[in-house]
Amino acid sequence: MLKNFKHERLETNAGLLLVATMLSISVGGLVEIAPLFLIDDTMEKVDGVRPYTPLESRGRDIYIREGCYTCHSQMIRPFRDEALRYGHYSLAAESKYDHPFQWGSKRTGPDLARVGGKYSNEWQVQHLIQPKSVVPESVMPNYPWLMSPLDYADVGDRLRALRTTGVPYSLSQAEYDANVKQFGAEVAKTLHIPDAQKNLVAQAQEGNYDGDRAIVTEMDGLVAYLQVLGTMVDFSKYKPEDLVKYR
Amino acid sequence: MAANSPAAAEQYNFDIVKKFLVMAIVWAVVGMLVGVYIASELAWPFLNFDSPYISFGRFRPVHTGAVIFGFGGSALFATSYYVVQRTCQTRLFAPGLATFTFWGWQAIIVLAALSYVTGYSQGREYAEMEWPIDILIEIVWIAYMAVYIGTLMMRKQPHIYVANWFYLSFILATALLHTFNNIAIPVSLFTLKSYSLFSGPQDAMTQWWYGHNAVGFFLTAAFLGMMYYFVPKHAGRPVYSYRLSIVHFWALSFMYMWVGTHHLHWTALPDWASTLGAAFSIMLLLPSWGGMINGIMTLSGAWDKLRTDPIMRFMILALSFYGMSTFEGPMMSLKDVNALSHYTDWTVGHVHSGALGWVAMISFGAMYHMIPKLWNTPMYSVKLINMHFWLATIGVLLYITAMWISGISQGLMWRAFDDFGNLQYSFVESVAAMHPFYAMRAIGGMFYLTGMVLMAYNCYMTIRQGVRAADTAGQTAPAAA
Repeated sequence: MLKNFKHERLETNAGLLLVATMLSISVGGLVEIAPLFLIDDTMEKVDGVRPYTPLESRGRDIYIREGCYTCHSQMIRPFRDEALRYGHYSLAAESKYDHPFQWGSKRTGPDLARVGGKYSNEWQVQHLIQPKSVVPESVMPNYPWLMSPLDYADVGDRLRALRTTGVPYSLSQAEYDANVKQFGAEVAKTLHIPDAQKNLVAQAQEGNYDGDRAIVTEMDGLVAYLQVLGTMVDFSKYKPEDLVKYR
Repeated sequence: MAANSPAAAEQYNFDIVKKFLVMAIVWAVVGMLVGVYIASELAWPFLNFDSPYISFGRFRPVHTGAVIFGFGGSALFATSYYVVQRTCQTRLFAPGLATFTFWGWQAIIVLAALSYVTGYSQGREYAEMEWPIDILIEIVWIAYMAVYIGTLMMRKQPHIYVANWFYLSFILATALLHTFNNIAIPVSLFTLKSYSLFSGPQDAMTQWWYGHNAVGFFLTAAFLGMMYYFVPKHAGRPVYSYRLSIVHFWALSFMYMWVGTHHLHWTALPDWASTLGAAFSIMLLLPSWGGMINGIMTLSGAWDKLRTDPIMRFMILALSFYGMSTFEGPMMSLKDVNALSHYTDWTVGHVHSGALGWVAMISFGAMYHMIPKLWNTPMYSVKLINMHFWLATIGVLLYITAMWISGISQGLMWRAFDDFGNLQYSFVESVAAMHPFYAMRAIGGMFYLTGMVLMAYNCYMTIRQGVRAADTAGQTAPAAA
């Protein structure tokens, strides 16, 4: 059959051309994407990775809103210089609750995958309001508007949407109990959607990220998010060969 | 001059082509202006003016959206509607639907830009539009598909011309990519905010499958379609090799879909996926150069036109940049090169050698070719076309040279060690070292933008002259109206 095939048949039949083109463009995506959903080889088995608390999650929304990913990556590669500069290379498991992923593609500024705990809250706040005041050579814009109050009225709706995508925020008692089993009681509490607003305010007050306990600001959210980045996995518990086999 | 006769205007639906063409010019000016502005923000950060609306992070997708979808998209709608009618020798199928694609597409660009500056973004590069805009894109795209395929079906020629294969693959691939990369769960029906359904590595894979094929089909296959019509037409010569066009079309459309993973080398994506992407990227050099060679060789025997015709010069320079950046791309997809180039300005330079050098220049060539035919009048000034050519050429060269230097410097500075095995440079030292090149890049952009403004002026004057001539002709011969 192929022997008698003439390309002319495709050129003279719009339907055939359409089908052939569709087939030709579909193969690549199917071969590369589909297996990632089917094999769990893509995820390392590590403890500690948990969904973001309501406050951290709102902070992440602000990170996306301001387009931080256009200048900062969150993906450390397994190179000696990156290990020295940023820390252990990033695991797939560390972004498994990231909808969307924020690995980034450009480092106009440094990688942020493990920025959590590297700087004090005071430094982060000062740096976000006016980067040049702490890093004179910086080309990062000032973000003074982050000191405005955080709108957290719909935080429950946001977590509910994330729950639909598969993040284990709990609505029912059964889901809550499952979270206690998986993440421990303390974390499970922060993942319970009915208490989201209460938990958000409590974390902002306790953390006092922006140095003002009176109001919850966008700064509280963003700094809470930055301070948790890359801190969830305790790498002292794993040998390199435990992790490298997943790559 | 048969093509310029009023009969041609009646034979084909040129009204929709004219609309898209004018908007392509408008979006080019707007998008490049925003591009120059954000480039300047990196060189002189005070330009962010502490304003959320124009801070780099929010303004950057306004630039990419306006140039890719506004300028590139409108140029593709204009040329594809023009080419499909002329090569099929028939009017557009469903003209009402075609008009809807125009207003729908323009609304998308405006809404997207407004949503970014007010803080709504999906946080996915080149797919920042939130879910209601994505649904509008889906609807407009299906309408476009219907008009395009309907017109192909109505053709009066037995053969479907090669340019149409490329446009068709672009329309199909874009539909596929857009749909699967934008599956998201909205927070509620009354907010723009949503969260992508996928997460982590799967989300990264889907996004870069989309991201690179936005380049592969939106910014390459479709512009090859443009090339396959306008280069032979303008040179007055047949396509160099018909066989080559068949081979490279199928190879290109098959292979492009595999290469997106080269954006994820050394990340938490499994190695096999990015290695596969790299292998296909290397192979892709062949079909890419197949297209370039076919385009350039079409000119053999008519090389003298390069001396006299600035429009031809745009087309040939576009093909040269296409060849250059499709060589650079596979090289950057090698894991060892990518270890240095990834996350640096080199990538930005590579994209712009493709976007400014290939995509925009072939569009300029096609637009300068079409305008006199659409408005039935010669271009207002050939001298201005010539000036545009040189400003654009100098601009793109300054831009990519600056980005090569800064990109490779960043890569080398980040991995430099001193004699004691410590990192030699702090990150911010690499930032400070980039300042001269960021300034140089902004200046390159200004050259390119100035050329674009000249084009807009030249086209405005040409169209005015065409409309006036048509009005006078209408007065003297009312029967023709």
